[in-house]
Amino acid sequence: MAGSTLVSPIASAQARSRGKAISPWREAWRRFRRHRLAVVSIVVLSLMILAVIIGPWLWAVPIDGIDFKAKLKGPTLEHPLGTDDLGQDILARMLYGGRISLAVGLAAMAVAIFVGIVIGAIAGISRGSVDAALMWLTDLFLSLPQLPLLLLLIYLFRDPLKSLAGPEVGIFILIVIVIGGFRWMPVARLVRAQFFSLREKEFVEAARALGASVPRQVVRHILPNSLGPVIVAATIDVAAAIIAESTLSFLGLGFPPDIPTWGRMLFDAKDNIDFAPHWVLAPGTAIFLAVLTINFIGDGLRDALDPRKVM
Amino acid sequence: MSQYLLRKLLILVPSLLGISVILFTVLALAPGDPFEELATNPAVPPEVRANLRAKFGLDDPVYVRYVHWLSAMLQGDWGFSFVSRVDADRLILQRLPATLFVVGSAQLLALMVALPVGVYAATRPYSIFDQIANTFAFIGFSLPTFFTGLLFILFFSIYLDWLPFVYTEVNSSGWRWYWDHVRQAIMPIAVLGLFQGASMTRYVRSSVLDVIRLDYVTTARSKGLAERVVITKHVVRNALIPVVTLVMLQMPAVFGGAIVTEQIFRIPGIGSLLISSILANDTPVIMAVTFVFACLVLIFNLIADILYGWLDPRISYR
Repeated sequence: MAGSTLVSPIASAQARSRGKAISPWREAWRRFRRHRLAVVSIVVLSLMILAVIIGPWLWAVPIDGIDFKAKLKGPTLEHPLGTDDLGQDILARMLYGGRISLAVGLAAMAVAIFVGIVIGAIAGISRGSVDAALMWLTDLFLSLPQLPLLLLLIYLFRDPLKSLAGPEVGIFILIVIVIGGFRWMPVARLVRAQFFSLREKEFVEAARALGASVPRQVVRHILPNSLGPVIVAATIDVAAAIIAESTLSFLGLGFPPDIPTWGRMLFDAKDNIDFAPHWVLAPGTAIFLAVLTINFIGDGLRDALDPRKVM
Repeated sequence: MSQYLLRKLLILVPSLLGISVILFTVLALAPGDPFEELATNPAVPPEVRANLRAKFGLDDPVYVRYVHWLSAMLQGDWGFSFVSRVDADRLILQRLPATLFVVGSAQLLALMVALPVGVYAATRPYSIFDQIANTFAFIGFSLPTFFTGLLFILFFSIYLDWLPFVYTEVNSSGWRWYWDHVRQAIMPIAVLGLFQGASMTRYVRSSVLDVIRLDYVTTARSKGLAERVVITKHVVRNALIPVVTLVMLQMPAVFGGAIVTEQIFRIPGIGSLLISSILANDTPVIMAVTFVFACLVLIFNLIADILYGWLDPRISYR
C-alpha cells in the first residue's frame, strides 16, 4: 500500500531505518523494547505471576479460616485487603485464586492454539473439499453464541466430571476444554492464510524438489515461518480465556464456592457491594490488571513479530 | 441487490442446520436421564417407565431423535418450562424486547463513540489525542463487563446516588414513566456500549489509516473538496467495509456481554432467563434460549451482510 500510515509509530520507525544484519529474534526483541507500555506490562505481569506462585508460602494465612469477629472489615495490618462475609482473609484468597485464574488462561490458550494450528494446517496444506469443509466448520463455530453454549455445556457436564475427577480437577478440565474449544477459530484462519502464501514460496519449493515429504515440509519449513502471528494471537487468547473463566465464575457457574478464583470472589462480593466495596475492588482490579498487561504485551509482540500486519 | 439478499438467506439454512446439529449433539451426549426421577421413585413400576421411554422415543436411534426434535423446533414447539409452567417460547417472547433494546442501544452508543474518535485519531496519527484515545481504548476492552458494571454501581448508585441500582417495576405514569425507564437503562447500556466502542475505535482507526493516504483521497483533495467532505464521503465509507466484518465477528461476544450485564442489573431479558433456568435445572428453557441466541447472532450477521452490500455495491453483483 503505497504511502500508507503505519498503525503504530514503532513499526514505522522500523520501516524507515534498516540497520546491519542481526538475528530475527534479536530484531524482534529490539522492536518489542520500543513499545514502552509492553515492557512495563511484562514487569507487572511477572510480579503478579511471582506473587501468585510464591505468595501463598509467604502469606501463610489459611484461605478458609472463618472468623466472624472480623467479618467484612476493610484493609487493616492484620488483613491487608480486608475480609469477606465469613471473616476470611481476602489477600490469601486472592493469591490462591490467582493461581487458578492464570492457569486456566494458559491451559485454555494451549488447547485453542493446538486445535487451531491442527485445523488451520490441514486446511492450508490440502486443497479443495477438505479445505472448504474445514473452513465451513470454522465459520460455523465463529457464529455460535459462545457464552450461552459455554453455560449449557458446563450445566450438562459439570456433575459427571466432578464425580470422575474430583470437584477441583474435574471443573478445571471441563472449563479449560470448553473455553479452548470455542477460541480456536481465529488461529485456524491465521494459520491457513499463512500456509496459503508460504507453501508457494521458493524455499518450500526447494524442499519439495529435494524430496521432503508433506509432513516434513509442514513441520520443518512452513509451520515455523507462520508462528509469528500465532504467538500474538496466543497472547491475546490468554487474556480472553481469563475473562471467560471469570465470567463463568461471576455468573456462579464456574468453580465451586470453596475454590476462590477471582471471578468467583466477585460473584460472592457483588451482593455486599454497598457496605464492603474493598471486597469487590481487589479481585476486579486483579482481573483487569492481568488482562490489560497481557493485551499490552500482545500489542508489543505484534509490533515485534508481525510487521506485515502493521504495515 | 435482491438476488444478493436471497443468496445470503440461502446460506443461512446450512448454518442453522449446523447449529441445530451441534445443540442436539451436546444434548444427546450429556449424561443423565430425563426419567431418572421416576427410576428412583418406588411407586412407579419399571414397565411404566419403559412405556414412557418408548412413547417419548428415547430408545430410537440418534438420527430419528434428531429429526423429531428438529421438526418440533421448527413448528414452534419448544417445550414446556418445568419451573414457571409456561411454554418456553412464550417465556422468551416476553423477555426478548428488553434484551434487544439494551443490545441495540449499546451498539448505537458504541458506533457514536467509535466513529468520531477513531476517525479523528486516524487523521492525526501519533498525536496526543491519538495516544490518549488509544490508551483509553486499550483500558476499555481490558475491563471486563462484569467489573465495569460493579464499578458503575459503586460510583453512580452508591457514591453519587444518581441512578437506580437495578431494574425495578416502574409505577409512575406519563413523562415520569419514560424518564424512570431511561434512568435504569443508562448504566447497562453504557457498560456494554463502552466495552464495544473501545475495540471498535481501534478497528476504525486502523482501517481509516489504511485508506487515508491512498491516491483517490489525494485526488479528492486536489479537486478542491473540503476536508470534511473528503473524510466523510470518501474516506469513511471505504474504511467502514473492514470494520463491518470485524463487528460481525464480535456479535457472539456482544450477546455474551449482554448476559452478564442483564445479570448484574437484573434486567428481565433472555440472558437473565438463561442464568435463572440453569440454576433451576430447567432444561427446555435453557435449550430454547441458547437456540434463540444462535438465531440472533445469525440475524445480526445478515444485517451486516446487507450493510456490506450497501457500503460496497461491487459485492452484491458478484
